[in-house]
Amino acid sequence: MDIFLQQIINGLVLGSIYALVALGYTMVYGILGLINFAHGEVVMIGALTALTVVKLLAGSGLPGPVIALIGLMAAAPVCMAIGYGIEKIAYRPLRKAPRLAPLITAIGVSIVLQNLAMMVWGRSYHSFPAVLPAEAHEVLGATFTDLQVIIVLVAAGMMAGLLLLINRTRLGRAMRATAENPAIAQLMGVNVNHIISLTFVIGSALAAVAGLMVSANYSIAHYYMGFILGLKAFTAAVLGGIGNLAGAMIGGILLGLIESLGAGYIGDITGGFLGSHYQDVFAFFVLILVLVFRPSGLVGEKVAERA
Amino acid sequence: MAEPLLIVEGLRIAYGGIQAVKGITFHVDPGETVALIGANGAGKTSTLKALARQLDAAGGSVRYQGREISALAPHELVGQGIALVPEGRGVFARLTVTENLEMGAYCRHDKAEIADDLERIFALLPRLKERHGQLAGTLSGGEQQMLAMGRALMSRPRLLLLDEPSMGLAPIMVQKVFEVVQEVASQGMTILLVEQNARLALQVSRRGYVMESGDITLTDAAGTLLDNPRVKAAYLGE
Repeated sequence: MDIFLQQIINGLVLGSIYALVALGYTMVYGILGLINFAHGEVVMIGALTALTVVKLLAGSGLPGPVIALIGLMAAAPVCMAIGYGIEKIAYRPLRKAPRLAPLITAIGVSIVLQNLAMMVWGRSYHSFPAVLPAEAHEVLGATFTDLQVIIVLVAAGMMAGLLLLINRTRLGRAMRATAENPAIAQLMGVNVNHIISLTFVIGSALAAVAGLMVSANYSIAHYYMGFILGLKAFTAAVLGGIGNLAGAMIGGILLGLIESLGAGYIGDITGGFLGSHYQDVFAFFVLILVLVFRPSGLVGEKVAERA
Repeated sequence: MAEPLLIVEGLRIAYGGIQAVKGITFHVDPGETVALIGANGAGKTSTLKALARQLDAAGGSVRYQGREISALAPHELVGQGIALVPEGRGVFARLTVTENLEMGAYCRHDKAEIADDLERIFALLPRLKERHGQLAGTLSGGEQQMLAMGRALMSRPRLLLLDEPSMGLAPIMVQKVFEVVQEVASQGMTILLVEQNARLALQVSRRGYVMESGDITLTDAAGTLLDNPRVKAAYLGE
Protein backbone atom coordinates (compact mmCIF):
# COMPACT_ATOMS: atom_id res chain seq x y z
CA MET A 1 0.00 0.00 0.00
CA ASP A 2 2.74 2.47 0.89
CA ILE A 3 4.50 1.94 -2.44
CA PHE A 4 1.24 2.50 -4.23
CA LEU A 5 0.46 5.73 -2.39
CA GLN A 6 4.04 6.89 -2.78
CA GLN A 7 3.92 6.37 -6.52
CA ILE A 8 0.60 8.18 -6.74
CA ILE A 9 2.16 11.19 -5.04
CA ASN A 10 5.23 11.07 -7.27
CA GLY A 11 3.01 10.60 -10.29
CA LEU A 12 0.90 13.65 -9.46
CA VAL A 13 3.98 15.82 -9.13
CA LEU A 14 5.49 14.53 -12.35
CA GLY A 15 2.11 14.72 -14.07
CA SER A 16 1.60 18.36 -13.07
CA ILE A 17 4.86 19.23 -14.78
CA TYR A 18 3.99 17.22 -17.89
CA ALA A 19 0.61 18.91 -18.03
CA LEU A 20 2.14 22.41 -18.00
CA VAL A 21 4.50 21.49 -20.83
CA ALA A 22 1.79 19.61 -22.74
CA LEU A 23 -0.35 22.76 -22.73
CA GLY A 24 2.34 24.51 -24.76
CA TYR A 25 2.22 21.79 -27.41
CA THR A 26 -1.52 21.62 -27.54
CA MET A 27 -2.13 25.40 -27.70
CA VAL A 28 0.19 25.81 -30.65
CA TYR A 29 -1.27 22.77 -32.38
CA GLY A 30 -4.79 24.06 -31.81
CA ILE A 31 -4.05 27.32 -33.57
CA LEU A 32 -1.47 26.39 -36.22
CA GLY A 33 -1.84 22.64 -36.65
CA LEU A 34 1.89 22.46 -35.95
CA ILE A 35 3.82 20.32 -33.47
CA ASN A 36 6.37 22.71 -32.02
CA PHE A 37 9.08 20.18 -31.25
CA ALA A 38 11.31 22.95 -29.94
CA HIS A 39 8.99 23.46 -26.97
CA GLY A 40 10.94 21.02 -24.78
CA GLU A 41 14.06 23.13 -25.33
CA VAL A 42 12.18 26.19 -24.10
CA VAL A 43 11.51 24.29 -20.87
CA MET A 44 15.21 23.42 -20.68
CA ILE A 45 16.30 27.04 -21.13
CA GLY A 46 13.75 28.04 -18.49
CA ALA A 47 15.20 25.47 -16.11
CA LEU A 48 18.81 26.52 -16.66
CA THR A 49 18.04 30.25 -16.48
CA ALA A 50 16.11 29.83 -13.24
CA LEU A 51 18.81 27.56 -11.83
CA THR A 52 21.54 30.07 -12.66
CA VAL A 53 19.71 32.90 -10.93
CA VAL A 54 18.85 30.75 -7.93
CA LYS A 55 22.50 29.70 -7.62
CA LEU A 56 23.62 33.34 -7.66
CA LEU A 57 21.18 34.23 -4.90
CA ALA A 58 21.56 31.03 -2.85
CA GLY A 59 23.96 32.61 -0.35
CA SER A 60 22.23 35.99 -0.19
CA GLY A 61 20.18 35.21 2.89
CA LEU A 62 16.87 35.79 1.10
CA PRO A 63 14.15 33.27 1.95
CA GLY A 64 14.13 30.23 -0.37
CA PRO A 65 10.73 30.76 -1.95
CA VAL A 66 11.64 34.38 -2.74
CA ILE A 67 14.82 33.22 -4.45
CA ALA A 68 12.85 30.68 -6.48
CA LEU A 69 10.35 33.37 -7.42
CA ILE A 70 13.14 35.67 -8.60
CA GLY A 71 14.50 32.74 -10.59
CA LEU A 72 11.12 32.36 -12.24
CA MET A 73 10.89 36.11 -12.88
CA ALA A 74 14.15 35.81 -14.79
CA ALA A 75 13.29 32.59 -16.63
CA ALA A 76 9.79 33.57 -17.74
CA PRO A 77 10.74 36.60 -19.87
CA VAL A 78 13.66 34.67 -21.39
CA CYS A 79 11.38 31.80 -22.37
CA MET A 80 8.64 34.12 -23.61
CA ALA A 81 11.13 35.97 -25.79
CA ILE A 82 12.44 32.69 -27.19
CA GLY A 83 8.92 31.41 -27.87
CA TYR A 84 8.04 34.68 -29.60
CA GLY A 85 11.25 34.56 -31.62
CA ILE A 86 10.83 30.94 -32.68
CA GLU A 87 7.42 31.66 -34.17
CA LYS A 88 8.46 34.87 -35.86
CA ILE A 89 11.75 33.66 -37.30
CA ALA A 90 11.20 29.95 -37.92
CA TYR A 91 7.49 29.28 -38.37
CA ARG A 92 5.87 32.45 -39.70
CA PRO A 93 7.72 32.39 -43.04
CA LEU A 94 6.46 28.83 -43.48
CA ARG A 95 2.81 29.56 -42.64
CA LYS A 96 1.71 28.58 -46.15
CA ALA A 97 4.34 25.91 -46.78
CA PRO A 98 3.50 22.18 -46.90
CA ARG A 99 3.19 20.64 -43.44
CA LEU A 100 6.46 18.81 -43.55
CA ALA A 101 8.50 22.03 -43.84
CA PRO A 102 7.55 23.53 -40.45
CA LEU A 103 7.90 20.11 -38.82
CA ILE A 104 11.47 19.71 -40.00
CA THR A 105 12.10 23.34 -39.05
CA ALA A 106 10.83 22.60 -35.54
CA ILE A 107 13.40 19.83 -35.17
CA GLY A 108 16.04 22.21 -36.53
CA VAL A 109 15.10 24.90 -34.01
CA SER A 110 15.29 22.29 -31.29
CA ILE A 111 18.87 21.39 -32.26
CA VAL A 112 19.85 25.06 -32.48
CA LEU A 113 18.48 25.81 -29.00
CA GLN A 114 20.17 22.75 -27.51
CA ASN A 115 23.51 23.79 -28.92
CA LEU A 116 23.07 27.38 -27.84
CA ALA A 117 22.34 26.15 -24.32
CA MET A 118 25.42 23.93 -24.48
CA MET A 119 27.53 26.96 -25.40
CA VAL A 120 26.11 29.01 -22.53
CA TRP A 121 25.91 26.38 -19.78
CA GLY A 122 28.34 23.71 -20.96
CA ARG A 123 27.82 20.00 -21.18
CA SER A 124 27.87 19.31 -17.46
CA TYR A 125 24.97 18.68 -15.14
CA HIS A 126 24.10 21.59 -12.87
CA SER A 127 22.69 20.95 -9.46
CA PHE A 128 19.81 23.01 -8.18
CA PRO A 129 20.65 24.56 -4.81
CA ALA A 130 18.43 23.33 -2.01
CA VAL A 131 16.74 26.63 -1.32
CA LEU A 132 13.20 25.30 -1.27
CA PRO A 133 11.76 23.49 1.75
CA ALA A 134 12.47 19.81 1.19
CA GLU A 135 11.15 18.73 4.58
CA ALA A 136 9.39 15.38 4.24
CA HIS A 137 5.97 14.69 5.70
CA GLU A 138 4.64 11.22 6.23
CA VAL A 139 1.11 10.05 5.50
CA LEU A 140 0.06 6.39 5.62
CA GLY A 141 3.59 5.20 5.04
CA ALA A 142 4.24 7.49 2.08
CA THR A 143 6.27 10.69 2.17
CA PHE A 144 5.91 13.98 0.40
CA THR A 145 7.75 17.27 0.60
CA ASP A 146 6.58 20.87 0.75
CA LEU A 147 8.18 21.34 -2.65
CA GLN A 148 5.99 18.65 -4.13
CA VAL A 149 2.89 20.27 -2.66
CA ILE A 150 3.95 23.64 -4.06
CA ILE A 151 4.51 22.11 -7.52
CA VAL A 152 1.07 20.53 -7.65
CA LEU A 153 -0.71 23.63 -6.30
CA VAL A 154 1.10 26.08 -8.57
CA ALA A 155 0.48 23.88 -11.60
CA ALA A 156 -3.20 23.59 -10.71
CA GLY A 157 -3.42 27.35 -10.28
CA MET A 158 -1.76 28.05 -13.62
CA MET A 159 -4.05 25.62 -15.39
CA ALA A 160 -7.16 27.11 -13.80
CA GLY A 161 -5.95 30.56 -14.81
CA LEU A 162 -5.36 29.43 -18.37
CA LEU A 163 -8.82 27.89 -18.63
CA LEU A 164 -10.34 31.13 -17.34
CA LEU A 165 -8.35 33.14 -19.85
CA ILE A 166 -9.35 30.95 -22.79
CA ASN A 167 -13.00 30.46 -21.88
CA ARG A 168 -14.00 33.66 -20.15
CA THR A 169 -12.15 36.58 -21.68
CA ARG A 170 -12.35 38.55 -24.91
CA LEU A 171 -8.79 37.54 -25.72
CA GLY A 172 -9.52 33.86 -25.11
CA ARG A 173 -12.56 34.10 -27.34
CA ALA A 174 -10.40 35.56 -30.09
CA MET A 175 -7.89 32.73 -29.60
CA ARG A 176 -10.62 30.10 -29.94
CA ALA A 177 -12.08 31.87 -32.97
CA THR A 178 -8.64 32.04 -34.59
CA ALA A 179 -8.02 28.37 -33.87
CA GLU A 180 -11.27 27.51 -35.60
CA ASN A 181 -11.09 29.80 -38.61
CA PRO A 182 -8.31 32.39 -38.92
CA ALA A 183 -9.73 33.99 -42.09
CA ILE A 184 -13.09 34.68 -40.48
CA ALA A 185 -11.46 35.78 -37.21
CA GLN A 186 -9.60 38.36 -39.29
CA LEU A 187 -12.91 39.64 -40.65
CA MET A 188 -13.93 40.33 -37.07
CA GLY A 189 -10.86 42.52 -36.71
CA VAL A 190 -8.67 39.98 -34.95
CA ASN A 191 -5.00 40.44 -35.77
CA VAL A 192 -4.25 36.77 -36.27
CA ASN A 193 -0.49 37.25 -36.16
CA HIS A 194 -0.77 38.81 -32.70
CA ILE A 195 -2.91 35.93 -31.49
CA ILE A 196 -0.40 33.37 -32.78
CA SER A 197 2.52 35.22 -31.18
CA LEU A 198 0.61 35.42 -27.94
CA THR A 199 -0.09 31.69 -28.02
CA PHE A 200 3.63 30.99 -28.22
CA VAL A 201 4.36 33.51 -25.46
CA ILE A 202 1.79 32.03 -23.07
CA GLY A 203 2.96 28.48 -23.78
CA SER A 204 6.55 29.56 -23.15
CA ALA A 205 5.63 31.20 -19.84
CA LEU A 206 4.12 27.89 -18.73
CA ALA A 207 7.30 26.19 -19.96
CA ALA A 208 9.40 28.47 -17.74
CA VAL A 209 7.33 27.49 -14.71
CA ALA A 210 7.63 23.82 -15.64
CA GLY A 211 11.39 24.24 -16.13
CA LEU A 212 11.84 25.66 -12.65
CA MET A 213 9.67 22.90 -11.20
CA VAL A 214 11.45 20.05 -12.90
CA SER A 215 14.93 21.27 -12.03
CA ALA A 216 13.95 21.95 -8.42
CA ASN A 217 12.19 18.60 -8.12
CA TYR A 218 15.11 16.56 -9.45
CA SER A 219 17.71 19.06 -8.14
CA ILE A 220 19.38 18.95 -11.53
CA ALA A 221 19.36 20.52 -14.99
CA HIS A 222 21.41 20.19 -18.15
CA TYR A 223 21.29 21.21 -21.77
CA TYR A 224 19.85 17.92 -22.99
CA MET A 225 16.97 17.62 -20.52
CA GLY A 226 14.40 19.24 -22.83
CA PHE A 227 14.48 16.49 -25.39
CA ILE A 228 13.03 13.62 -23.38
CA LEU A 229 10.81 15.92 -21.31
CA GLY A 230 9.43 17.44 -24.50
CA LEU A 231 8.71 14.06 -26.02
CA LYS A 232 6.88 12.95 -22.90
CA ALA A 233 4.82 16.12 -22.70
CA PHE A 234 4.01 15.70 -26.38
CA THR A 235 2.90 12.16 -25.54
CA ALA A 236 0.71 13.58 -22.78
CA ALA A 237 -0.85 16.05 -25.21
CA VAL A 238 -1.57 13.26 -27.70
CA LEU A 239 -2.92 11.05 -24.93
CA GLY A 240 -5.40 13.73 -23.91
CA GLY A 241 -6.22 14.69 -27.48
CA ILE A 242 -3.92 17.18 -29.16
CA GLY A 243 -5.44 20.62 -29.59
CA ASN A 244 -7.62 20.20 -26.51
CA LEU A 245 -6.61 22.13 -23.38
CA ALA A 246 -8.41 19.96 -20.84
CA GLY A 247 -7.02 16.94 -22.69
CA ALA A 248 -3.45 18.15 -22.20
CA MET A 249 -4.05 18.56 -18.48
CA ILE A 250 -5.67 15.16 -18.07
CA GLY A 251 -3.11 13.51 -20.35
CA GLY A 252 -0.25 15.06 -18.38
CA ILE A 253 -1.51 13.90 -15.00
CA LEU A 254 -2.36 10.44 -16.35
CA LEU A 255 1.02 10.01 -17.96
CA GLY A 256 2.75 11.03 -14.74
CA LEU A 257 0.74 8.45 -12.81
CA ILE A 258 1.32 5.70 -15.39
CA GLU A 259 5.04 6.37 -15.36
CA SER A 260 5.34 6.44 -11.59
CA LEU A 261 3.25 3.37 -10.99
CA GLY A 262 5.01 1.57 -13.83
CA ALA A 263 8.42 2.41 -12.43
CA GLY A 264 7.30 1.39 -8.94
CA TYR A 265 6.05 -2.00 -9.96
CA ILE A 266 8.08 -2.99 -13.01
CA GLY A 267 10.61 -4.78 -10.78
CA ASP A 268 7.91 -6.88 -9.12
CA ILE A 269 6.15 -7.63 -12.38
CA THR A 270 9.25 -8.80 -14.23
CA GLY A 271 10.72 -10.58 -11.23
CA GLY A 272 13.54 -8.06 -10.98
CA PHE A 273 14.56 -8.49 -14.61
CA LEU A 274 13.72 -4.86 -15.40
CA GLY A 275 14.28 -2.03 -12.91
CA SER A 276 12.79 1.44 -12.41
CA HIS A 277 15.32 2.94 -14.81
CA TYR A 278 13.01 1.59 -17.51
CA GLN A 279 10.56 4.33 -16.45
CA ASP A 280 10.83 6.07 -19.82
CA VAL A 281 9.53 3.01 -21.62
CA PHE A 282 6.03 3.57 -20.29
CA ALA A 283 5.50 6.99 -21.84
CA PHE A 284 6.38 5.77 -25.28
CA PHE A 285 4.43 2.56 -24.86
CA VAL A 286 1.43 4.77 -24.05
CA LEU A 287 2.15 6.90 -27.12
CA ILE A 288 2.14 3.84 -29.37
CA LEU A 289 -1.07 2.49 -27.84
CA VAL A 290 -2.86 5.83 -28.22
CA LEU A 291 -1.72 6.30 -31.80
CA VAL A 292 -2.84 2.80 -32.73
CA PHE A 293 -6.13 2.59 -30.87
CA ARG A 294 -7.33 6.13 -30.26
CA PRO A 295 -5.42 8.69 -32.31
CA SER A 296 -7.86 11.44 -31.37
CA GLY A 297 -6.89 11.00 -27.70
CA LEU A 298 -9.03 10.54 -24.61
CA VAL A 299 -11.08 13.73 -24.80
CA GLY A 300 -10.08 14.94 -28.24
CA GLU A 301 -12.51 15.54 -31.03
CA LYS A 302 -11.66 14.10 -34.38
CA VAL A 303 -8.44 15.75 -35.49
CA ALA A 304 -9.30 17.48 -38.72
CA GLU A 305 -6.56 17.41 -41.28
CA ARG A 306 -5.89 20.99 -42.26
CA ALA A 307 -5.00 22.01 -45.76
CA MET B 1 -26.23 64.24 -54.47
CA ALA B 2 -24.08 62.85 -51.70
CA GLU B 3 -20.65 61.44 -52.34
CA PRO B 4 -20.81 57.63 -52.86
CA LEU B 5 -19.76 55.58 -49.82
CA LEU B 6 -17.90 53.10 -51.98
CA ILE B 7 -16.34 53.69 -55.38
CA VAL B 8 -14.76 50.78 -57.22
CA GLU B 9 -12.84 51.63 -60.37
CA GLY B 10 -11.26 49.23 -62.85
CA LEU B 11 -11.06 46.40 -60.29
CA ARG B 12 -9.24 43.39 -61.67
CA ILE B 13 -8.80 40.02 -59.95
CA ALA B 14 -6.77 37.13 -61.31
CA TYR B 15 -6.28 33.57 -60.16
CA GLY B 16 -2.97 32.44 -61.58
CA GLY B 17 -3.12 33.67 -65.16
CA ILE B 18 -6.90 33.63 -65.38
CA GLN B 19 -8.77 36.90 -65.06
CA ALA B 20 -11.82 36.36 -62.89
CA VAL B 21 -12.78 40.03 -62.74
CA LYS B 22 -11.79 42.17 -65.72
CA GLY B 23 -11.74 45.76 -64.58
CA ILE B 24 -15.18 46.55 -63.22
CA THR B 25 -16.42 49.94 -62.06
CA PHE B 26 -19.35 50.56 -59.77
CA HIS B 27 -20.36 52.53 -56.74
CA VAL B 28 -22.65 52.35 -53.71
CA ASP B 29 -24.32 55.48 -52.31
CA PRO B 30 -24.92 55.93 -48.58
CA GLY B 31 -28.12 54.28 -47.40
CA GLU B 32 -28.89 52.33 -50.55
CA THR B 33 -28.98 48.61 -51.17
CA VAL B 34 -27.19 47.57 -54.33
CA ALA B 35 -27.38 44.09 -55.84
CA LEU B 36 -24.61 42.46 -57.78
CA ILE B 37 -26.24 39.63 -59.66
CA GLY B 38 -25.00 37.10 -62.14
CA ALA B 39 -24.44 33.45 -62.81
CA ASN B 40 -22.16 31.17 -60.86
CA GLY B 41 -18.53 32.02 -61.66
CA ALA B 42 -19.27 35.50 -62.96
CA GLY B 43 -16.86 36.97 -60.40
CA LYS B 44 -19.33 38.31 -57.85
CA THR B 45 -17.87 36.62 -54.79
CA SER B 46 -14.31 37.39 -55.91
CA THR B 47 -15.30 41.05 -56.12
CA LEU B 48 -16.72 41.02 -52.60
CA LYS B 49 -13.70 39.16 -51.26
CA ALA B 50 -11.39 41.73 -52.78
CA LEU B 51 -13.40 44.54 -51.18
CA ALA B 52 -13.13 42.81 -47.80
CA ARG B 53 -9.38 42.24 -48.36
CA GLN B 54 -9.80 38.48 -48.26
CA LEU B 55 -7.85 38.34 -51.50
CA ASP B 56 -5.56 40.76 -53.31
CA ALA B 57 -6.78 42.59 -56.39
CA ALA B 58 -4.58 42.55 -59.49
CA GLY B 59 -5.42 46.16 -60.21
CA GLY B 60 -7.87 48.99 -59.91
CA SER B 61 -8.89 51.13 -56.98
CA VAL B 62 -11.35 50.74 -54.13
CA ARG B 63 -12.25 53.99 -52.39
CA TYR B 64 -14.36 53.96 -49.26
CA GLN B 65 -15.43 57.27 -47.71
CA GLY B 66 -13.00 58.89 -50.10
CA ARG B 67 -10.06 56.79 -48.90
CA GLU B 68 -8.19 54.10 -50.83
CA ILE B 69 -8.63 50.87 -48.86
CA SER B 70 -7.11 48.28 -51.18
CA ALA B 71 -3.87 48.23 -49.17
CA LEU B 72 -5.38 47.80 -45.69
CA ALA B 73 -4.68 44.64 -43.71
CA PRO B 74 -7.72 42.34 -43.57
CA HIS B 75 -8.24 42.87 -39.86
CA GLU B 76 -8.24 46.67 -40.19
CA LEU B 77 -11.33 46.76 -42.38
CA VAL B 78 -13.94 46.20 -39.71
CA GLY B 79 -12.60 49.19 -37.79
CA GLN B 80 -13.32 51.30 -40.87
CA GLY B 81 -16.95 50.25 -40.72
CA ILE B 82 -17.01 47.53 -43.36
CA ALA B 83 -18.44 44.15 -42.40
CA LEU B 84 -18.62 41.09 -44.63
CA VAL B 85 -21.08 38.27 -44.16
CA PRO B 86 -19.12 35.61 -45.99
CA GLU B 87 -20.35 33.05 -48.46
CA GLY B 88 -21.09 29.85 -46.57
CA ARG B 89 -21.80 31.89 -43.42
CA GLY B 90 -18.52 31.16 -41.61
CA VAL B 91 -19.88 31.10 -38.07
CA PHE B 92 -17.53 29.85 -35.37
CA ALA B 93 -19.04 26.40 -34.86
CA ARG B 94 -17.34 25.76 -31.52
CA LEU B 95 -18.32 29.10 -30.01
CA THR B 96 -21.77 29.74 -28.61
CA VAL B 97 -24.28 31.98 -30.39
CA THR B 98 -23.60 34.78 -27.90
CA GLU B 99 -19.84 34.35 -28.24
CA ASN B 100 -20.16 34.57 -32.02
CA LEU B 101 -22.06 37.83 -31.67
CA GLU B 102 -19.47 39.11 -29.21
CA MET B 103 -16.76 38.29 -31.75
CA GLY B 104 -18.59 40.64 -34.11
CA ALA B 105 -18.00 43.42 -31.61
CA TYR B 106 -14.34 42.44 -31.13
CA CYS B 107 -13.03 45.84 -32.19
CA ARG B 108 -15.41 47.81 -30.03
CA HIS B 109 -14.72 48.80 -26.45
CA ASP B 110 -18.00 50.44 -25.47
CA LYS B 111 -19.17 47.65 -23.20
CA ALA B 112 -22.58 49.06 -22.31
CA GLU B 113 -23.48 49.79 -25.92
CA ILE B 114 -22.31 46.34 -27.00
CA ALA B 115 -24.75 44.86 -24.49
CA ASP B 116 -27.52 47.10 -25.90
CA ASP B 117 -26.68 46.03 -29.45
CA LEU B 118 -26.75 42.39 -28.39
CA GLU B 119 -30.32 42.91 -27.15
CA ARG B 120 -31.21 44.72 -30.38
CA ILE B 121 -29.87 41.80 -32.46
CA PHE B 122 -31.79 39.33 -30.31
CA ALA B 123 -34.94 41.41 -30.86
CA LEU B 124 -34.33 41.43 -34.62
CA LEU B 125 -33.48 37.71 -34.70
CA PRO B 126 -35.48 36.06 -31.92
CA ARG B 127 -34.37 32.56 -32.93
CA LEU B 128 -30.85 33.49 -31.88
CA LYS B 129 -32.05 34.58 -28.47
CA GLU B 130 -33.70 31.20 -27.92
CA ARG B 131 -30.43 29.51 -28.78
CA HIS B 132 -27.97 32.01 -27.30
CA GLY B 133 -26.08 29.42 -25.23
CA GLN B 134 -25.88 26.77 -27.94
CA LEU B 135 -22.78 26.09 -29.98
CA ALA B 136 -23.19 27.73 -33.37
CA GLY B 137 -22.33 24.46 -35.09
CA THR B 138 -25.59 22.97 -33.85
CA LEU B 139 -27.75 25.61 -35.57
CA SER B 140 -29.59 25.03 -38.84
CA GLY B 141 -28.29 26.64 -42.02
CA GLY B 142 -30.83 29.43 -41.87
CA GLU B 143 -30.10 30.14 -38.23
CA GLN B 144 -26.38 30.22 -39.02
CA GLN B 145 -27.07 32.76 -41.77
CA MET B 146 -28.99 34.89 -39.28
CA LEU B 147 -26.13 34.54 -36.84
CA ALA B 148 -23.56 35.56 -39.46
CA MET B 149 -25.64 38.67 -40.25
CA GLY B 150 -26.16 39.46 -36.58
CA ARG B 151 -22.44 39.05 -35.98
CA ALA B 152 -21.64 41.49 -38.80
CA LEU B 153 -24.15 44.02 -37.43
CA MET B 154 -22.50 43.80 -34.00
CA SER B 155 -19.53 45.69 -35.42
CA ARG B 156 -21.87 48.64 -36.19
CA PRO B 157 -20.85 48.77 -39.83
CA ARG B 158 -21.57 51.61 -42.22
CA LEU B 159 -21.27 49.24 -45.18
CA LEU B 160 -22.56 45.69 -45.04
CA LEU B 161 -21.29 43.25 -47.66
CA LEU B 162 -23.58 40.24 -48.04
CA ASP B 163 -22.24 37.28 -49.98
CA GLU B 164 -24.87 34.82 -51.25
CA PRO B 165 -27.09 34.92 -48.15
CA SER B 166 -29.61 32.52 -49.74
CA MET B 167 -27.08 29.85 -50.63
CA GLY B 168 -28.01 26.35 -49.53
CA LEU B 169 -31.10 27.42 -47.59
CA ALA B 170 -34.64 26.07 -47.74
CA PRO B 171 -37.05 28.45 -49.56
CA ILE B 172 -38.83 29.39 -46.35
CA MET B 173 -35.50 30.33 -44.73
CA VAL B 174 -34.48 32.31 -47.83
CA GLN B 175 -37.64 34.34 -47.43
CA LYS B 176 -36.87 34.99 -43.76
CA VAL B 177 -33.27 35.95 -44.45
CA PHE B 178 -34.40 38.48 -47.04
CA GLU B 179 -36.97 39.90 -44.66
CA VAL B 180 -34.10 40.58 -42.29
CA VAL B 181 -32.03 42.13 -45.08
CA GLN B 182 -34.94 44.42 -45.90
CA GLU B 183 -35.45 45.32 -42.25
CA VAL B 184 -31.77 46.19 -41.85
CA ALA B 185 -31.86 48.20 -45.09
CA SER B 186 -34.93 50.10 -43.98
CA GLN B 187 -33.02 51.24 -40.89
CA GLY B 188 -30.65 53.07 -43.22
CA MET B 189 -27.85 50.55 -43.61
CA THR B 190 -25.82 50.66 -46.81
CA ILE B 191 -25.73 47.17 -48.31
CA LEU B 192 -23.89 45.60 -51.21
CA LEU B 193 -25.60 42.32 -51.92
CA VAL B 194 -24.11 39.55 -54.02
CA GLU B 195 -26.70 36.98 -54.92
CA GLN B 196 -27.52 34.29 -57.44
CA ASN B 197 -31.20 34.57 -56.67
CA ALA B 198 -31.59 37.63 -58.89
CA ARG B 199 -35.31 38.17 -58.34
CA LEU B 200 -35.06 38.34 -54.54
CA ALA B 201 -31.93 40.43 -54.69
CA LEU B 202 -33.46 43.00 -57.05
CA GLN B 203 -36.68 43.09 -55.05
CA VAL B 204 -34.86 44.33 -51.93
CA SER B 205 -32.42 46.60 -53.79
CA ARG B 206 -32.58 50.12 -55.20
CA ARG B 207 -30.11 49.51 -58.02
CA GLY B 208 -28.47 46.48 -59.56
CA TYR B 209 -25.40 45.51 -61.54
CA VAL B 210 -25.36 42.43 -63.76
CA MET B 211 -22.04 40.59 -63.94
CA GLU B 212 -21.15 38.21 -66.74
CA SER B 213 -17.80 36.37 -66.92
CA GLY B 214 -15.88 39.00 -65.03
CA ASP B 215 -17.50 42.12 -66.49
CA ILE B 216 -20.40 44.33 -65.54
CA THR B 217 -22.62 44.22 -68.60
CA LEU B 218 -25.72 46.00 -67.40
CA THR B 219 -26.74 48.40 -64.68
CA ASP B 220 -29.98 50.15 -63.84
CA ALA B 221 -32.58 50.73 -61.18
CA ALA B 222 -33.59 47.41 -59.65
CA GLY B 223 -37.20 47.71 -60.82
CA THR B 224 -36.11 48.39 -64.39
CA LEU B 225 -33.77 45.40 -64.34
CA LEU B 226 -36.61 43.20 -63.15
CA ASP B 227 -38.54 44.21 -66.29
CA ASN B 228 -35.55 43.96 -68.64
CA PRO B 229 -36.18 41.15 -71.18
CA ARG B 230 -32.52 40.10 -71.18
CA VAL B 231 -32.40 39.88 -67.39
CA LYS B 232 -35.73 38.09 -67.36
CA ALA B 233 -34.49 35.49 -69.81
CA ALA B 234 -31.07 34.95 -68.28
CA TYR B 235 -31.67 35.28 -64.54
CA LEU B 236 -35.34 35.26 -63.72
CA GLY B 237 -36.30 32.14 -65.61
CA GLU B 238 -39.03 33.85 -67.59
